[in-house]
Amino acid sequence: MSPEMIRLIAGATGETLLMVAISAGIATLFGLPLGVYLATSGKGELYAAPWVNRVLGVIVNATRSTPFIILVVAIIPFTRLIAGTSIGTNAAIVPLTIAAIPFIARLIEAAIREVDQGLIEAARAFGASPLQIVTKVLIPEALPGIVLGLTLAVVSLIGFSAMVGAVGGGGLGDLGIRYGYQRFMPEMMLAVVVVLIVLVQLVQSVGDRLARHLNKRIRHA
Amino acid sequence: MNAPLGYLGDQSFQRLAPVESIVRLEGVSKVYPGRHGEPVTALESIDLSVPQGSVLGVIGRSGAGKSTLIRLVNGLDRPSSGRVIVDGSDIAALPETALRHARRSIGMIFQHFNLLSSRTAGDNIALPLEVAGFDRAAIVKRVAELLDLVGLSDKKDRYPSELSGGQKQRVGIARALATSPKVLLSDEATSALDPETTRSILDLLTRINRELGLTILLITHEMAVIRSIAKEVAVIEAGRIVEQGDVFDVFTRPQHDITRSFLADEAGRALPLYVANRLLDSPVSGGQAVVRIGFRGPHATDPVLARLARDLNVEANILAGSVDEIAGRPCGTLVVGIAEHALEATLGFLEARGLDTEVIGHVA
Repeated sequence: MSPEMIRLIAGATGETLLMVAISAGIATLFGLPLGVYLATSGKGELYAAPWVNRVLGVIVNATRSTPFIILVVAIIPFTRLIAGTSIGTNAAIVPLTIAAIPFIARLIEAAIREVDQGLIEAARAFGASPLQIVTKVLIPEALPGIVLGLTLAVVSLIGFSAMVGAVGGGGLGDLGIRYGYQRFMPEMMLAVVVVLIVLVQLVQSVGDRLARHLNKRIRHA
Repeated sequence: MNAPLGYLGDQSFQRLAPVESIVRLEGVSKVYPGRHGEPVTALESIDLSVPQGSVLGVIGRSGAGKSTLIRLVNGLDRPSSGRVIVDGSDIAALPETALRHARRSIGMIFQHFNLLSSRTAGDNIALPLEVAGFDRAAIVKRVAELLDLVGLSDKKDRYPSELSGGQKQRVGIARALATSPKVLLSDEATSALDPETTRSILDLLTRINRELGLTILLITHEMAVIRSIAKEVAVIEAGRIVEQGDVFDVFTRPQHDITRSFLADEAGRALPLYVANRLLDSPVSGGQAVVRIGFRGPHATDPVLARLARDLNVEANILAGSVDEIAGRPCGTLVVGIAEHALEATLGFLEARGLDTEVIGHVA
């Protein structure tokens, strides 16, 4: 591998990490409250609002069922509005974030729903308010599940970020397509795939380890 | 401490009654909308009062409505009609925020403990205090006191997964007592525990009742729980209280079939199978009548069969029996076979000595 190739791969890896980190961060900021709300606004629940819950559910499902590549193209005007352009790494962050919010929301909803209903009842019994139940009971108890969910979301974002390369985003996907595919450099394609595999492995094992550390339900040796 | 403990004494609460019975249910009904449109009545015109400082047990089969009943007392559920008065305020009529404050003076423990797995024993106990807005130093001090009270000072930093069932329930009790409640609600608190652990938890509850003067309202399906800690009992069946009063009186002179069925589970009350299988409704000449004799209080240890033999020359054939203790007072049951011709005289003899008799049936 030439030093030039290594420089290109390092730069693209940096771009990918930046895109994934920023979009995962912003999507968590929106996805966490949305997920908590989805998990607590059903009929007879803490913030019961069955209609709002249903409408939000439909919106979330619609966003999730739109193929990512179509979503990227469909929201170009919105992307321009936010990022000032529709091409490049910064612009790619917008569709990545939009796609990740409902995904993260559903994962967090699932983690929160795993929390034993008895704990909510106990917290109500000692006088906790709904907000206190969310912050002091639901989120801490669901934390291992939330961490696993976010890990899954980051892994998916790494995959999605490679896809935005096809529509002018930066990063590893872009590098693989331009050099590996269009310029017939199979070694570049291979290098990109290897870097992606390593990234995913790293993220997954860090996430697994963190979740295991946070999970106090299982006795640690 | 920066949060008021005696919030119920605050002027924002209407005093509705003089506080002699700390919990009072008046004409309480609870109807749930059924799944197929037909409403389901869980509780029907319940009147129940729990005197300050007492231990009242509500016993019933599963589905009898006892869980619904206990959940009404701290407002986890609201009654369809009637009033639920706790320490002078009508829980059923309180708005949500006031209800949350009122709940701080009503502790609750659960069958499955309901401890946070992500918090240590100490931090679980601290949670109600955090919620009530106590400051850090006050919380640390109170948690240490409570751990000491339930005998778990050495387990402060253990997670629930590292504790036994009995220890978890002790943490549950400490958490329920954290905000110094006036009433403790116990929702089948020992049903998930083995007999020995049950014993120690019941002892702890008895001690708390005596030493802190805390009123305890408990629900259970186990006669043994009522027998060992309750002073008063209410028997609930199909959403209604069918019998209620002093534990000793209710269980030594049961008026209702359901009450008898709880007693039947107890040792010494059930007939041995070879007798039960041969039991007839009407007497057979030359046969025997099967009589249950109930001994209460001072008579429980009387040598009554010896006297029966001596005074009436009647021989009683012992079929089953036990001497036991309910609410600290001795009581016994004896099931005997008496020759049919001597039955009348025997019953008269026994009743004259203040014993309860019941002819269960006849055998050839």
